[in-house]
Amino acid sequence: MTVQQISVFLENRPGGLAEFTRVLSENNIDMRAMCIAETPDFGILRIIVDDVYNTVCTMKEAGYICSVTKVLAVEIPDKPGSLLHTLTVLGESDINLEYSYAFTTRKKDVAYMILRVNDNERATEVLTEHGIKLVDQEEISRL
Amino acid sequence: MEHYYQPEIECASREEILELQNERLVKQVKHVYDNVPYYRKKMEEAGVTPEDVRSVDDLHKLPFLTKDDLREAYPYGLVAVPLEDCVRIQSTSGTTGRRVVAFYTQHDIDLWDECCARAIMAAGGTKEDVVHVSYGYGLFTGGPGLNGGSHKVGSLTLPMSSGNTDRQIQFMCDLGSTILCCTPSYAAYLGETINEKGLKDKIKLKAGIFGAEAWTEEMRRDIEKSLGIKAYDIYGLTEISGPGVSFECSEQTGMHINEDHFIAEIINPKTGEVLPEGEKGELVFTSITKEAFPLLRYRTRDICVLTREKCSCGRTHVKMTKPMGRSDDMLIIKGVNVFPSQIETVLLNKGYAANYQIIVDRVNNSDTLEVQVEMTPEMFSDSVSEVSKKEKELVDALKSMLGIYAKVRLVAPKSITRSEGKAVRIIDKRNLYQ
Repeated sequence: MTVQQISVFLENRPGGLAEFTRVLSENNIDMRAMCIAETPDFGILRIIVDDVYNTVCTMKEAGYICSVTKVLAVEIPDKPGSLLHTLTVLGESDINLEYSYAFTTRKKDVAYMILRVNDNERATEVLTEHGIKLVDQEEISRL
Repeated sequence: MEHYYQPEIECASREEILELQNERLVKQVKHVYDNVPYYRKKMEEAGVTPEDVRSVDDLHKLPFLTKDDLREAYPYGLVAVPLEDCVRIQSTSGTTGRRVVAFYTQHDIDLWDECCARAIMAAGGTKEDVVHVSYGYGLFTGGPGLNGGSHKVGSLTLPMSSGNTDRQIQFMCDLGSTILCCTPSYAAYLGETINEKGLKDKIKLKAGIFGAEAWTEEMRRDIEKSLGIKAYDIYGLTEISGPGVSFECSEQTGMHINEDHFIAEIINPKTGEVLPEGEKGELVFTSITKEAFPLLRYRTRDICVLTREKCSCGRTHVKMTKPMGRSDDMLIIKGVNVFPSQIETVLLNKGYAANYQIIVDRVNNSDTLEVQVEMTPEMFSDSVSEVSKKEKELVDALKSMLGIYAKVRLVAPKSITRSEGKAVRIIDKRNLYQ
């Protein structure tokens, strides 16, 4: 069970991110979550949105280079130790975590973690086995 | 007091030099015609026979040689003696096609060494000097050339080669180096480091012979100040022999070309027409004494001016200005010849768009090269390590093609200006040719 994350190439320069978010804003795109991985020269912006198809079309039209990646979204209780549990399960199953970021919503008293792992299927399996709740694309869109 | 290595030739009258040139040219044309089928064919195509060249005045009848000819004839096509008579090769960096491989007989090396010896003595060198050679040794002509010249002069030679700056400075201090030979950018770096370490009063340098890359008068003053020396320019190219084709004397108003070995012409790079003295154009050399790799009318692509004005040093050989530019798109970065087409080849091989920009700069007197490439959907990934891996592959491929490090900067698509007509691919911020 995965959700789709859009990654966008951004040059590392003043105003670069602002320009990008202006495009989102002008097209009424709502971000659920966002994270930036930066290098001295460029950044990779990763976002979770409600409407992936529409967003990708908009990005391409605006001349951005982007890609769609399947990542895991887990719902964890918003309290100390709950992330540890998820990560321990992954670690013990020898699943490597490349990056992750978190977000919360106003609607539910939980936190969401986006996990980019090397094996989505296996991770889904072990997380479910250990009672960790995964969220799908539909649910993300409803949040 | 002016020192000369071979005063009888260096200060010979114009008539004497011309006589030498005429005699040697006639002999050389015959040597090439008889032994280099590649050039013989060119002469036949141009309808010229060796008998048509009776003096320097007839030089213009001969066809030019260019880097393209060197590529076509690679590796042995321009060698004029049996390989068993060759004792050495030297080469420029770059991959096949762009790489120049030149051959030398022992006689060729002796003459080349003598040219370098003239340069060292013109910079005040004598057998009492300690000549510190920090040019690279190996295929590059810099180290071997000045090394050989220093031996001819009889100086104590320190074959340091490039790199390991701490050791360079230690030898300078311990062994009392008096003449430094290296690229101007390395000289500037050494000067800076010596001053930072507070060792300026421990070094005994009096002069430096710097070449293999373009440098400005401002840079000369910087180096002279930081090392407390007089800095001399030297010029050469592997195709013709190496450093010492021409060199500066005490007057420092241009470099004397060793006219007993090389005949210089200035041509209009577009038409090939020979230009009169004093006009700016492309420098063309004819080797009249080389046995193994004798190039006739080789187009250097360097733009400069020749002058025969009387020189206060007493030398009579024609002087050339520092190169004022190139008639092709070759860049000299850290002393290494770089063609934008080499960079383009690597980019295309690696799946990048051919829309790129090359930024060359000089930071703290050292050249930097940056290649800006537009990101493509194929190269992009959500993972920084994936993108960095591809970036590193490109850096490695550029390094193996160019021989020097190029920083790769991935930029947004369509961010490199598409110009109408000829694209501006090179931004050289060094302002070397003023």
